[in-house]
Amino acid sequence: MKILVPVKRVVDYNVKVRVKSDGSGVELANVKMSMNPFDEIAVEEALRLKEAGKATEVVVVSIGPAQASETLRTALAMGADRGILVKTEAGTEPLAVAKILKGVVGDEKPDLVILGKQAIDDDANQTGQMLAALLGWGQGTFASKVVLEADAALVTREIDGGAQTVKLTLPAIVTTDLRLNEPRYASLPNIMKAKKKPIDEKSPDSYGVDVTPRLKVLKTSEPSGRTAGVKVSSPAELVAKLKDEAGVI
Amino acid sequence: MTTLLIAEHDNKTLNGVTAKALTAAAALGAPVHVLVAGADAAAVADAAAKLSGVEKVLLADGPIYANRLAEPLAALIVGLAGGYDAIVGPSTAMVKNVLPRVAALLDVMQISDIVKVVSPDTFERPIYAGNAIQTVQSAEAKKVITVRTASFAATGEGGSAPVEPASAGEDPGVSAFVEEALSASTRPELTAARIIVSGGRALQSKEKFSEVIEPLADALGAAVGASRAAVDAGYAPNDLQVGQTGKVVAPELYVAVGISGAIQHLAGMKDSKVIVAINKDEEAPIFQVADYGLVGDLFSVVPEFQAEIAKVKG
Ligand SMILES: Cc1cc2nc3c(=O)[nH]c(=O)nc-3n(C[C@H](O)[C@H](O)[C@H](O)COP(=O)(O)OP(=O)(O)OC[C@H]3O[C@@H](n4cnc5c(N)ncnc54)[C@H](O)[C@@H]3O)c2cc1C
Ligand SMILES: Nc1ncnc2c1ncn2[C@@H]1O[C@H](COP(=O)(O)O)[C@@H](O)[C@H]1O
Repeated sequence: MKILVPVKRVVDYNVKVRVKSDGSGVELANVKMSMNPFDEIAVEEALRLKEAGKATEVVVVSIGPAQASETLRTALAMGADRGILVKTEAGTEPLAVAKILKGVVGDEKPDLVILGKQAIDDDANQTGQMLAALLGWGQGTFASKVVLEADAALVTREIDGGAQTVKLTLPAIVTTDLRLNEPRYASLPNIMKAKKKPIDEKSPDSYGVDVTPRLKVLKTSEPSGRTAGVKVSSPAELVAKLKDEAGVI
Repeated sequence: MTTLLIAEHDNKTLNGVTAKALTAAAALGAPVHVLVAGADAAAVADAAAKLSGVEKVLLADGPIYANRLAEPLAALIVGLAGGYDAIVGPSTAMVKNVLPRVAALLDVMQISDIVKVVSPDTFERPIYAGNAIQTVQSAEAKKVITVRTASFAATGEGGSAPVEPASAGEDPGVSAFVEEALSASTRPELTAARIIVSGGRALQSKEKFSEVIEPLADALGAAVGASRAAVDAGYAPNDLQVGQTGKVVAPELYVAVGISGAIQHLAGMKDSKVIVAINKDEEAPIFQVADYGLVGDLFSVVPEFQAEIAKVKG
């Protein structure tokens, strides 16, 4: 069984991004970039399935600029077997990414694709569901547990109000939530080994996908800010303020 | 021009986020039809029919919609899509699961989590955990939109729309429901609550979380929330996580207890009307967004806070 894991290069989750003063986007120059945290969880899950003898190969794919190969190297250092870089300088929307991934699936024929539930830059939460739609596969989104059977996946999903378990016919799509696992760190020897693992280079054209954005971003602006209020000295003062000043209790 | 709104419900009651998403759907300027897909969900359809401004309710009633799995539900919505120019839903786990599938089947880009309707084709949505707001324009023939309900007031009642059956679609047969474990709580739901008390990693254990946070929530008649660290550590169930990747809330009063205020947490609560932070570290980032900050050890401060509330509430 082969597992495909799409990984996205995004601004590191610790960075507080700033909006460019001309409203044309956010400041990305000299900002630390990392693998999308949900994708680290996806890679980890795939590796665990391989280590448990349920999967034989873990292939990672990233769609993005040349530097996205660093993200692929990170995944290879964690233990993935090989990488595919679909190189494009244009920013890609989830629909275009899903179409490219459909092409990759056509070539690779994985039994399972594990994606992150959400990329923490665009916060779209769409790609996995879209890929499932384009392939006509079942989808187990926001997964907190994945159990593989011979021809099915049992996926426990985080939903409003609790958890839901679904059974999906393989091949299928899974998207990861935070509680699925805790991703490993790559060890130094594995980082060295990863340098020799193969990364295949492709382009959106290789899959016949037009990446022209469907949505037009008119501007990017600062959210309406909040300013720090006051410090109160006691619970009694806090209650007085909430009652008399704020009127919320 | 007609808009289809997907109702959020549990087969028995219409979830209040539907009325909030209706406000956004109505702002598109076209008549709104509401789709209730469920099993034995006639009561839900009746409730939706009462929402002001709804022109028609479509009820797709059948066992394949009992748990609203994405695959049959997307097939149903795509089957109905021909009659609509926009398909809208509240950003709940159910809608976030199904609408991107619908969008891809219709070959359109979804617009996720809108916080404002600027015009029928232009919307504002947060990116980067709410650190930036994007204004996006869509020229798609059909608009597929999810709505961040914390940003919209609920539409009231007063309507009496007809309820019509929608013919059920096919089940693609690639998924099956196995089980659901829902947390039984008598508290208000996070997305509907007027007051929320949230606890963080500082609560130290599941037991202490309930010993400290629950009575305070009781005193305030509040819903309970949690930070990711508290959920990861098992102090609180996952559906209570507030933040960028959890629930987004905007109550009148949000009380953050032992929560540092990481950007991912702020993303889920910084639009609350009044924010209170209780933290022993006076430098904690949560104080930068708090209207009222109380520096102290929560284990002594919270019981006192609760006692003071009891006094004023008599
Ligand atoms: C991809 C991704 C998504 C994420 N999504 C979310 C999300 O949706 N929601 C979310 O909340 N987080 C999210 N996070 C996690 C976030 O970055 C923080 O790690 C998390 O919010 C920290 O939780 P906390 O404030 O409870 O814990 P900590 O940061 O450990 O803070 C504990 C606080 O308690 C205070 N404290 C300790 N003891 C006491 C005491 N006795 N009395 C009073 N105060 C005390 C400390 O001073 C400290 O400020 C996400 C992270 C990633 C990478
Ligand atoms: N450019 C990309 N390259 C590789 N994977 C991606 C890319 N964009 C999105 N994904 C995958 O899709 C998931 C959800 O992204 P999104 O729908 O943009 O929130 C991510 O966690 C990744 O697994």
